Amino acid sequence: MRLEYPASVKIIHVPCSGKVDVLHLLRAIQKGADGAYIVGCLEGSCHFNEGNYRAKERVQYVSSLLEEVGIEGDRVRMYNLTSGEGPTFAAYAKEMTDHIRALGPNPIKSKVKS
Amino acid sequence: MIVAKRKPFDELKEMIKPYKKVLNVGCGTCVSVCLAGGEKEVAVLNAELDMARKLDDNPIELGAVTLERQCDQEYLAELDDMIGDYDAVVSMACGVGIQFLAERFPEKPVFPGVDTTGLAVNQDVGFYEERCRSCGACVLGMTGGICPVTMCAKGLYNGPCGGTNKGKCEISQDQPCAWFQIHERLSKQGRLDLIMGYKEPVEWLDQVPRMTIQPGYKKPEEEKA
Ligand code: SF4
Ligand code: SF4
Repeated sequence: MRLEYPASVKIIHVPCSGKVDVLHLLRAIQKGADGAYIVGCLEGSCHFNEGNYRAKERVQYVSSLLEEVGIEGDRVRMYNLTSGEGPTFAAYAKEMTDHIRALGPNPIKSKVKS
Repeated sequence: MIVAKRKPFDELKEMIKPYKKVLNVGCGTCVSVCLAGGEKEVAVLNAELDMARKLDDNPIELGAVTLERQCDQEYLAELDDMIGDYDAVVSMACGVGIQFLAERFPEKPVFPGVDTTGLAVNQDVGFYEERCRSCGACVLGMTGGICPVTMCAKGLYNGPCGGTNKGKCEISQDQPCAWFQIHERLSKQGRLDLIMGYKEPVEWLDQVPRMTIQPGYKKPEEEKA
């Protein structure tokens, strides 16, 4: 199955969405990424029981941290699907990209060089 | 353990607004365990501060280090060589550690990164409940192991008061009456006679910082004598 998803999405593989830490998401935005999202397994079907719930909590936490800082919290998101759902993966990638395009560039980016 | 929570971001940001180079010092013991001021929380706060200051066009340079403990000069000594590079310090230790750090470097402005909230037990990941106010005159032996100073809204050593109401405290229906619980537990243990024991009031008047010297130890200045 060859599926197309937006080229602007950079994928980082992790063994479980529960591996993604608050700092990974925060640093992505700090370093100028326009958005960051986690794609985890469906709720209730984590091999490690609650990895994806932890991931969801972390996304919510990072979102609140960004709001504190003055950046749209919605630049970080969580999506869930099963491993067989390639088309859904591509659809989420497009949805996230469209959403971030609508928000515009990360406001940090114009300041990072300065 | 000693429990603390991160200070509100805006308050922290405001405190260090005038400083351009700030060292953020975490503590590797109590506040690490309660997820408030360890290595990770230092990194999170620094990332936030870095972004916020960039957005304000007032960039800041942040250092990060986490000591084993800040309530011990032996570990604070690790800062001696680096402190000179910074205009100010944020300490994410409990109130005790923050003060000891400030005492070691009296010329440096030191700011608290957390609000210290008490001596608490770990009820679940990230969930802590206060159990002791370190009153210095423990009565747990008479109260079935339930602290009335902490758990009773009035901190009564000799309770209950007249407000006890079917197991609840008069301040709220959500608040159990500590002395009711003490009564229940002592009664289950067949030790209800203990509730009649009278505990002298604690001398809260003219409080000075308490000192603890364990048996066999002396203050450093008395050591030589
Ligand atoms: S009586 Fe309560 S506050 Fe006092 S030392 Fe014992 S547990 Fe702590
Ligand atoms: S009702 Fe119970 S807990 Fe409340 S103040 Fe009185 S003795 Fe304390």
